[in-house]
Amino acid sequence: MFDINEWDDYALEEAVLLKEKLGGTVTAITVGPEEADTTLRKCLARGADKAIRLSDKAFEGSDAYVTAKILHKAIKDLPFDLILAGTQAGDDGYAQVSVVLAELLGIPHATMVKKVEPKEGFVRVNRELEGGLQEVVEVKLPALLAVQTGINEPRYVSIMGIRKAKEKELKVLGLGDLGLKEEEVGESGSWITVEKMFIPPVEKEAEILTGGLDEIAAKIVETLKARGLI
Amino acid sequence: MKEIFVLAEHRRGELRDVTFEMLTKGRELSQKKNLDLTAVLLGYNVKEFAKKLADQAKRILIVDDARLENFNSEAYQKVLSHLISERKPSLTLIGHTAFGVDLAPSLATELNVPLATDCIDVDFEGEKLVVVRQVYGGKVNVKASLRASESYIVTLRPATFEVQEVEPLGGETIEVPSPLKEDIPYKRFIEYFEPPAGEVDITAADILVSVGRGVKDAENMPIVEKLAKALGGVVSCSRPIVDKGWLPSDRQVGTSGKTVKPKLYLAVGISGAFQHVSGMKNSDLIIAVNKDPKAPIFRAADYGVVEDLFKVVPVLTNKILEEKTSGS
Repeated sequence: MFDINEWDDYALEEAVLLKEKLGGTVTAITVGPEEADTTLRKCLARGADKAIRLSDKAFEGSDAYVTAKILHKAIKDLPFDLILAGTQAGDDGYAQVSVVLAELLGIPHATMVKKVEPKEGFVRVNRELEGGLQEVVEVKLPALLAVQTGINEPRYVSIMGIRKAKEKELKVLGLGDLGLKEEEVGESGSWITVEKMFIPPVEKEAEILTGGLDEIAAKIVETLKARGLI
Repeated sequence: MKEIFVLAEHRRGELRDVTFEMLTKGRELSQKKNLDLTAVLLGYNVKEFAKKLADQAKRILIVDDARLENFNSEAYQKVLSHLISERKPSLTLIGHTAFGVDLAPSLATELNVPLATDCIDVDFEGEKLVVVRQVYGGKVNVKASLRASESYIVTLRPATFEVQEVEPLGGETIEVPSPLKEDIPYKRFIEYFEPPAGEVDITAADILVSVGRGVKDAENMPIVEKLAKALGGVVSCSRPIVDKGWLPSDRQVGTSGKTVKPKLYLAVGISGAFQHVSGMKNSDLIIAVNKDPKAPIFRAADYGVVEDLFKVVPVLTNKILEEKTSGS
């Protein structure tokens, strides 16, 4: 399965909303194999103007830090006011790439962003904290914002959008194009190396109710009655 | 002597629980490796906090500066990179919280110190630092090692390490002059914002029927509402339901929503990501319905039903209504 990361889906929508409001162009960038083109085409269909895919066999085994280094090389010479990213990835959940990228670019950042208000030379954002609380911070441009899910309503792709997307530019850049060396990427450039994967140890396990639907429902009702909940 | 740093996290005049959780883990590691445990406290007029930390750490480094009153990753990073460069701790622990996520990756990058985020365990194996993390929504654990370094940064998942009563360490407080020389030009804290409260307070309900992504469509919400009504309970939810706008944010259970402890928590179509479970795991009775037998919610629940919610919920609702009519 290869689909856009849920958080990035909201980031792209936020970028397109800002473009519709303020003008400018949106470039979608990702690090990934050829299959990721489907995702980039989807971004183009939903309003991005250009797309860049960073891809090389040497990138395999890269951790979040290296992924940020690769993105940095591709972005550092491009003109931009704002970088939007997802706060985290749904699979490995490092919540790290975007903030490392901001630091490498030497620009300020804000994560867990739930609201973006563009101002003159800065953005005012709401960050999601714990327990339903938010904080309002101002960040000077150019900046990187890592958004939280629920910040907007990602639009559906229109037929017209898909048609237009076919004519838009999708560039692929590799190790050499980015001026990276093999030892800087992949496992050798990484901070963290996976040693093994395992199923989490079970501390508590639910008693699974079995039988037909009626039987299951009856068992639940019995349990609730015994506790005085019905 | 080499140290382990624990960054004290506080907000609106209170030290946050994750601070003490990290100190518990930090103490275990410091004993194993014969390192000093140092709490690092950045803030403004925070001497009261130092007293609370004194039992838990060998020393407390305080940087007291008005520019550190509210968390600001830019100011915090400047101070911490200064302290870490000066004292070269073997390990710095930071909470994997809204603050830690904003701070740790840029700090590690500036210092070129290996970082592992959102860890549920951390240990030294010889000179090597190893961590345990969760991937794929908590279905799989990963053991990983960090590149050899004299200093590491690790962010720890909140509500993972149980705080233990310990012999007070009587930590010594050391005030470090603020290394902040000028203004913080790029990032400015403005204020806290609390979204307005709705009509329903899910933290006060005895019975919660909580709905997640499994409900698939806004049109299906009445199925769950009917069950809640039959039980005399209230509908709450996991994050995706709020993200999609199907319920207001004050119905959300979990880290970024509310923490609840009802007599009955009936989770319907909720996979049970850590962020959700930490908001409901202390409920008296937890029953979960999910068609994926591997869903982590079954590790939090007392009773589980591995079934399609669209089949189970209507049958259960009728059964409850029948029971109520016949019983009265």
